[in-house]
Amino acid sequence: MSTHQHPQEFVSPRWSLLSRIEPIYIILAAIILAIVLSNPIYADYGPMMQLLRRASPLIILAVGQLFVIVSGGFDLSVGSLITFIVLLSALVLNTHPEQVYASIALCLAIGVVAGGLNGLVVSVLKVPSIIATLGMLLAYRGAGLYLSGGSARGNLPDAFRAFGRETIYGFPLALIVVLVFGAFAAWTLHGTNYGRQLFAVGTNPRAARLSGVNVTMVRVVAFIFSAVSAVIAAILLGGFSGVSTAVGNGYELQAISAAVLGGAVLLGGRGSVPAVIAGAIALHALFTLLNIWGFPKPMRDAVQGIIIIGAVAYSARRG
Amino acid sequence: MLFKRIATPLVVALVAGGSFAAAVQAQDKSEFFDQAEYDRQIQLLDAQPMGPEGKPWLQSMMDNYRDTSQYKKEGPWVVCFSQAGIFNPWQVVGNQTMKEELKLHPEIAEFIMTDAEGKDDKQIADINDLLASKRCDVLMVTPNTTAALTPAVERACEELPVIVFSRGVATECPVSYITPIGGYAFGAQAARFVSENLPDGGNVLALRISPGVDVLETRWSAAERVFAENEKIKVIGAEFTNDDRAIAKSIVEDYLQRFGKIDAVWMDAGATSAAAIEAFEDIGADIPIFTGEDQQDFLAKWKEEGLTAIAPTYPTFQWRTAVIAAKMILSGEPVPGPIWYLPQPTITNDNLDKYLQANMPPQHYALCGCEEMDGYPEQWGGSK
Repeated sequence: MSTHQHPQEFVSPRWSLLSRIEPIYIILAAIILAIVLSNPIYADYGPMMQLLRRASPLIILAVGQLFVIVSGGFDLSVGSLITFIVLLSALVLNTHPEQVYASIALCLAIGVVAGGLNGLVVSVLKVPSIIATLGMLLAYRGAGLYLSGGSARGNLPDAFRAFGRETIYGFPLALIVVLVFGAFAAWTLHGTNYGRQLFAVGTNPRAARLSGVNVTMVRVVAFIFSAVSAVIAAILLGGFSGVSTAVGNGYELQAISAAVLGGAVLLGGRGSVPAVIAGAIALHALFTLLNIWGFPKPMRDAVQGIIIIGAVAYSARRG
Repeated sequence: MLFKRIATPLVVALVAGGSFAAAVQAQDKSEFFDQAEYDRQIQLLDAQPMGPEGKPWLQSMMDNYRDTSQYKKEGPWVVCFSQAGIFNPWQVVGNQTMKEELKLHPEIAEFIMTDAEGKDDKQIADINDLLASKRCDVLMVTPNTTAALTPAVERACEELPVIVFSRGVATECPVSYITPIGGYAFGAQAARFVSENLPDGGNVLALRISPGVDVLETRWSAAERVFAENEKIKVIGAEFTNDDRAIAKSIVEDYLQRFGKIDAVWMDAGATSAAAIEAFEDIGADIPIFTGEDQQDFLAKWKEEGLTAIAPTYPTFQWRTAVIAAKMILSGEPVPGPIWYLPQPTITNDNLDKYLQANMPPQHYALCGCEEMDGYPEQWGGSK
């Protein structure tokens, strides 16, 4: 377990430079190199962009999850929220295909409400976030199945699907969404007063409260960030593959894996947006590498389990 | 903070548990091959159907009408239906067609339907409940899976006339099992088309819906044999999509990454064909030889891109046939049995235009046999 102190390691000067680089960047470079060596086609611009495009929903989701993790909690509800949003959009747009932007606005509003609800249950009702969001996971899953009657109904028009499928001069639209969202998240977490308060709440909520931080507000905003990231990921995923009842499956754990891989410390107080983005790309690239090497899909889950355990053990030793 | 101490292990346990469950899922090899039935189906593809011209849902591919005078009853009747569920577009179109057919039969006073929501145990209970109610004059069943539902159907056969369709059971006790020519014909047609169009061989990816359903297992077991006969064909994988677009698309992408080239995609059903095609479009690869079914989105893509494609069908008009068979049995009229083989048209480049209906929704099945019915096209989600 981490003891929320800043690392006071003794390092020889030769290693000091290396130890200052977040390990995730080295891991990411190694995985990308392994991919290119295993299948040289990935040295090309097109396939590399394709890889990044497929990683886009996870990047956005991991960054949203980071806010909740820094605050000291978890958000397990994002995967089934993704599925719910995709199914809902399909139903709405099936009858009014011209209302693409209105439906996206509606989904974002649902995200704000869903996140606010998570945050209030955690802060005001004092339900631990892992339990609260597990309950929400079941609620959205049930709502999604109820809406769709168990099968993917309706249809997503091309204008909606553009975010997940289209490119501009060979550059995927999804990556533009990632860049905008990532820049905004990095500025919020590392450049504003809110970000500082979030770190304070994650490190020591009592101390933060005593020094005048509105802990409830800070936590609610973190959960809203996470839920809105799930809605954006849903729009990209729905665009990418159309209507599906399995679209969000397993994404909550992928997001947590990506965040800890990117150096975020579970139970709060430490993490950085660029490193988590690298973590999400690394996790997705690792899945791609396992696939190129011919490992079956279930191996990915096993690998994720090992990653979470390994990353937590690593940060506990470092912390 | 006690909770903080347990939270991390809890997350880790969640992940590890899920991983373990996924990793131990095994895939069984197909147990569903019957050479005599295979040969019969291949023969039937070229047979002349009996029955009224242009109404395939009333036709029979064989002269095997059986006497049903023992079931004759005075109307009005109560028809009961134990449905596996409405969890795919094929069932949605079928249900709509059945509803419209029911409107044509005033002698059916009551129609009692149970929905098993895709669960074997619920369907077994549903059938028992329907039998216990003693209200049914005839029972229609669309089994969820073959083996699990066989005993329940056998019990029902002891009490009343039973009609099975959509998927089969491992018993010949129903008065009539209504089926198009069958899965062997479906799978073999598609596989032969692939094999013939790849004279120099190549990589074939097979996409299947889910294991354990006879009408799907037969499709794959026939295709497997056709591909095995051609040594130049390399089946690079056979994967289950659960009929989900996202899963289908990511499987195709994974195989494109791993093998760099896919020369044909063989599918045991068409609901995810359009999604599988998108994987090639997104990566900028040429769309290879494809097999699908009679969904509009696949047919539209086929026409638009001039694909090398074929669509064997599993016509949704069999949902009309089931209601008509119930009426015939209760009237004491002879029906084909124990198996009623319906025609099974195949969509090729030559007749593609006939089945392409731009006014219908993307997941509408062209072979609903419903074009002349009252609510068409609006009731099926189409526009005039």
